[in-house]
Amino acid sequence: MRLFIRHETQYDYDMPIAYSAQRLYLWPVDFATQKTVSWAIEAPGIEKALNYFDGFGNRVHMLTFQAIRGPVSIVAEGIVDCTDAAGVVRGLHSPAPDAIFLRLTKSTTPNAAIRALTDKHLSAKDILPGLHGLMNDIHIKVAYELGATHAHTTAAEAFADGRGVCQDHAHIFIAAARAAGIPARYVTGYLVTGMGASSTAAHAWAEALVPDLGWVGFDPANNTCPTDNYVRVAAGIDAAGVTPIRGSRRGGAMERMRVEVRVEIAQQ
Amino acid sequence: MSTVFNEMQGKGGAVREPYALIEQWLKTLSPKDVERALKEAEAIFRRQGITFAVYGDNQASERLIPFDIIPRIFAAAEWRRLSAGIEQRVRALNAFIHDLYHRQEILRAGRVPQDIIIQNEAFVPEMVGVMPSRGIYAHIIGIDIVRVAENEFYVLEDNCRTPSGVSYMLEDREAMMYLFPELFSQQRIAPVENYPAMLRQTLESVAPAACKGEPTVVILTPGIHNSAFFEHAFLADEMGVELCEGNDLFVSDGYLYMRTTQEPKRVDVVYRRIDDAYLDPLTFRPDSAIGVPGIFDLYRAGRVTLVNAPGTGIADDKSIYTYIPDVIEFYTGEKPLLKNVPTWRCGEKQDLAYVLDHLPELVVKEVHGSGGYGMLVGPTSSRREIEEFRHRLKARPKNYIAQPTLALSAVPTFTKSGVAPRHVDLRPFVLSGDRVRVTPGGLTRVALKKNSLVVNSSQGGGTKDTWVLED
Repeated sequence: MRLFIRHETQYDYDMPIAYSAQRLYLWPVDFATQKTVSWAIEAPGIEKALNYFDGFGNRVHMLTFQAIRGPVSIVAEGIVDCTDAAGVVRGLHSPAPDAIFLRLTKSTTPNAAIRALTDKHLSAKDILPGLHGLMNDIHIKVAYELGATHAHTTAAEAFADGRGVCQDHAHIFIAAARAAGIPARYVTGYLVTGMGASSTAAHAWAEALVPDLGWVGFDPANNTCPTDNYVRVAAGIDAAGVTPIRGSRRGGAMERMRVEVRVEIAQQ
Repeated sequence: MSTVFNEMQGKGGAVREPYALIEQWLKTLSPKDVERALKEAEAIFRRQGITFAVYGDNQASERLIPFDIIPRIFAAAEWRRLSAGIEQRVRALNAFIHDLYHRQEILRAGRVPQDIIIQNEAFVPEMVGVMPSRGIYAHIIGIDIVRVAENEFYVLEDNCRTPSGVSYMLEDREAMMYLFPELFSQQRIAPVENYPAMLRQTLESVAPAACKGEPTVVILTPGIHNSAFFEHAFLADEMGVELCEGNDLFVSDGYLYMRTTQEPKRVDVVYRRIDDAYLDPLTFRPDSAIGVPGIFDLYRAGRVTLVNAPGTGIADDKSIYTYIPDVIEFYTGEKPLLKNVPTWRCGEKQDLAYVLDHLPELVVKEVHGSGGYGMLVGPTSSRREIEEFRHRLKARPKNYIAQPTLALSAVPTFTKSGVAPRHVDLRPFVLSGDRVRVTPGGLTRVALKKNSLVVNSSQGGGTKDTWVLED
């Protein structure tokens, strides 16, 4: 499948910006079943931006700009070819030791309820069916609802509330997997949901390390393993570690942000 | 408690060789001489502005650390042995940090439990894969050492984050040379006053590959309210580098700059005295107003060197301390030259049972504590204090480690009732860059209260000049 993606984040300010530093996790990295045909980021300062690979194999951009008026727009856009591998991620270079993905962060620390999920699904020796069961269970128990949670909601909170967005589904999955000693990581990316449909957010899911198989994606928000409808961008320990855009600024006074994500099946 | 080793008197009461001259000198000092010297020393320190802040003490938030004019002395051979042990330990600590942020061989080998690293707050996952200039993470390490007998030294703890106190070592020496120049002409004492030059050389030697030409070094301080601000200003001054706060530095187009009265100046090496959490709001605490946004990205990309590296605290965490002898063997293939203090991990059931049964004889410390806060010194605590501590320990056993109360060596010290032995420890400072440099001596801290074993300045400790005699 060939997918066209346009991810625009626009900031508007009451006053001019004196200085701004922005860190972007907005660049997809190729692996066996995902090849970038073209990709570009448009943003003020992008031509002189620092860009490097972090310890998890993500391509990071850090840009700065000074003394400009809003609105400021950051656009990541391009075309990516994907092949369905039932969620199995192969050929991705990530120097991080697997054990790092057992770290319990604030948003991925299991409580008793999540540990019960772990016990129910991940006690058997063969963990692959267990991970599918876990994904299904989270999908059923946590309804997709915009606005019920926020960026800092923890897995435990979202699971107790029974509502959340893809970030919360992924965090709950990760918390349950790590509680079983299974390395799990948080993945950001895009998902095509229909011709020409646009949304106000990128997508997120989880990957777990399955013995003999390697890293496998699980998307509890949609109860499926990623297919060729998915484009994988970045992976980290939790959502906070791979926020698509994290910035700091002086000036500007009040800020308004608008995000528009368009994912389409491109004509070949 | 077993008998205290007196570094001057030794076992049999005969004066130990390194102290021979000082013992004679002490006899020649009249009480008036002493009084005058102490007054002059105080004036020197006041003029320099050497004070330190005591947290949670509103009465006297800026205090002078008491200085004692009787030096603490090591013989050359004694120091060579100690120094070799210190260097071995520092090399192993850097290798350990490198490994933890790369392949984690030591965890795979099962020599250190995976969980206490991966789940440790001091472990910084963002450091994974970072290969700093020369592969060094902890460029400045302070190793706290205590002595209990002629040939028995123990490492009490390692300080791999931002060890402080070196300014006292330098000022103590300066004061002694000013007050008693004759002592320095009568015997050869290894110099410490070149420390700022050595520090600067170390910092310049770890400039990133991206730096062409002479590296620009700065010190990054949290500001005047930090308890060690004096030291930050002092070291900047002594090294001839700029002292910056977060607002003085900024990232632009992939490089770090310092604001100046003319145009911005590129910065290559940052000796930062800001904690990891506050270093960069884009990577660590987003609410930090004292850091520099984007500085950690520059570091990861090899555009700037941070000294010490973020995440070095994983090597000095008290829960890791007990594994350091294994760490040394693992990376150097040698037996540790310096011993650890035997330590009980209260998070382990059997250890906790022992500790609870022996509280009156033990020292119990918080795993994440520092500065002598939140600890119990069994032998000098009241019954009530011990019982109160017992409750805290039972509530969060994992939070504590316990050690036997060591009979720290004592050095003669001026007290209100004349010269009397007082307990001391030692913090040598070790620089790692183009090579490893151990300061000859270091900072000797002395517990001024009779029988007290707590040498921390925040708990009423003082300092002494530390001499390493040269052959």
